[in-house]
Amino acid sequence: MRERPLSDVPRWVKALLVAAFALQLAFGALQPRPRAAAEDLGPPPSEGVLRLAAVGEPIALGKLLMLYIQAFDYQAGTRTPYRDLNYDHLEQWLDRVLELDPDGQYPLMSASRLYAEVPDSAKQRKMLEFVYREYLKDPNRRWPWLAQATVIAKHELKDLALAREYAVALQKHTTTPDAPPWVRQMEPFILEDMNELEAARILIGGLLASGQVTDQRDIMLLDRRLKRLEERIKAERQKGR
Amino acid sequence: MMRIIGPIARATVLEAVRSRMLWLVGAVLALSLGVASFLHQVAIIESAPIQGAVVGALLRACAAFLTVSFVVMSMVREFNDKILELMLAQPWPRAVYLFGKFVGFAAAAIALALILSLPLLLFVPAERIPVWSLSLACELIILTAMSLFFVITLTHIVPALAAVLGFYILARSITAIQIMAAASESSMRWTDRLADWIVSGIAWVLPRFDSMTQTAWLVGQPPTMPIIVHVLGETAIYTLLLVAAAQFDLHRQNL
Repeated sequence: MRERPLSDVPRWVKALLVAAFALQLAFGALQPRPRAAAEDLGPPPSEGVLRLAAVGEPIALGKLLMLYIQAFDYQAGTRTPYRDLNYDHLEQWLDRVLELDPDGQYPLMSASRLYAEVPDSAKQRKMLEFVYREYLKDPNRRWPWLAQATVIAKHELKDLALAREYAVALQKHTTTPDAPPWVRQMEPFILEDMNELEAARILIGGLLASGQVTDQRDIMLLDRRLKRLEERIKAERQKGR
Repeated sequence: MMRIIGPIARATVLEAVRSRMLWLVGAVLALSLGVASFLHQVAIIESAPIQGAVVGALLRACAAFLTVSFVVMSMVREFNDKILELMLAQPWPRAVYLFGKFVGFAAAAIALALILSLPLLLFVPAERIPVWSLSLACELIILTAMSLFFVITLTHIVPALAAVLGFYILARSITAIQIMAAASESSMRWTDRLADWIVSGIAWVLPRFDSMTQTAWLVGQPPTMPIIVHVLGETAIYTLLLVAAAQFDLHRQNL
């Protein structure tokens, strides 16, 4: 169907359209921009309610929810993002997202890389504990986030006992060949930092003897580390006498 | 002018009354009562607020769907039966015909909002219902104008229904989309900035259905006067825009 020329449209219709459009734009522009303030993040609905709301698309809803959660307290110019979030609620939300989409990596990545970076050790520990708990449910897929948690526990929280607990878990439960060898070799290094030299030496020796480490560079590195440990142990013993 | 608009509007309302729409309204009422009694059986506490909230949300969605489908079907039938051409052949401007149809559809939509609010009297304090009904009527008037615009532009049932329902869902979720897009505000990447501007631009030209006809008005805090004024203002402006756009499109069609 061909259209009639614009000149056939009465002038008052054109004027009305332009005026109404300008009015709507002005009305829209005057509305305050909706924002998600940190304190607005309340507790999430139950998993059942979310599954009902997902109408058969739990994975899509899980991914959308992650974007929704991310919007809270991530504001321009904020030096310490996420610090005002209620971490109890945050953890529940992340948990719900994982229930909807267990294969999704976003919640654990956010927990270990974003929400665990706040300058508040209690909140950091909460996130690390969450990552640890969820790691145990699917170690071969979720090991990167526990490895990150181990680094945070060691370097930021300076809690070597906690870092060791995570490192032990990584060594014990991560069996996938996709994980690089260092993921299962973190414990001796943490033990060394804890001054547990003898235990570290035994562990590294055990690793080398077990044949689990096959990469020549890794073997050389561990070997060098073992020699350095033996020298330190020797020096400690001489000092003790 | 009113002598022409009046009969066209009356004929449109009569069509709504005599078509099977009333049966559908009855079915919706029966469905809502059935859902309410089921909720009453399963709820341990707060039975009435749960019934009020769920039935309110259900009635709102059904009212929107019934209004949109009625306007689209009715207009497509007029296209197919050549009633539109007969009307345009009469010695009155196209604008009068369209305005008459809009008044008729809007009157039917207001009646629908009032009828579908009645079951709520069983679960919600009566003083909460008038504002909710008013807001529902406003929402349905906007949807009427939107359906009229899309059906005149697209002239077929499926594209027109899809366009209106798509816009309705977008308008109800635009606030959540804006909140998500705000996360990229701090980013200096031009793609993030562009996405943020596009979302803001879309929000400017959409009605905020998510701030209208809220369930919280039935079971929580009633709306304040500024909110009610905002709903009425938004309805007036957006309806004017859609009717103007529909007029523009109808005048350009080579009928």
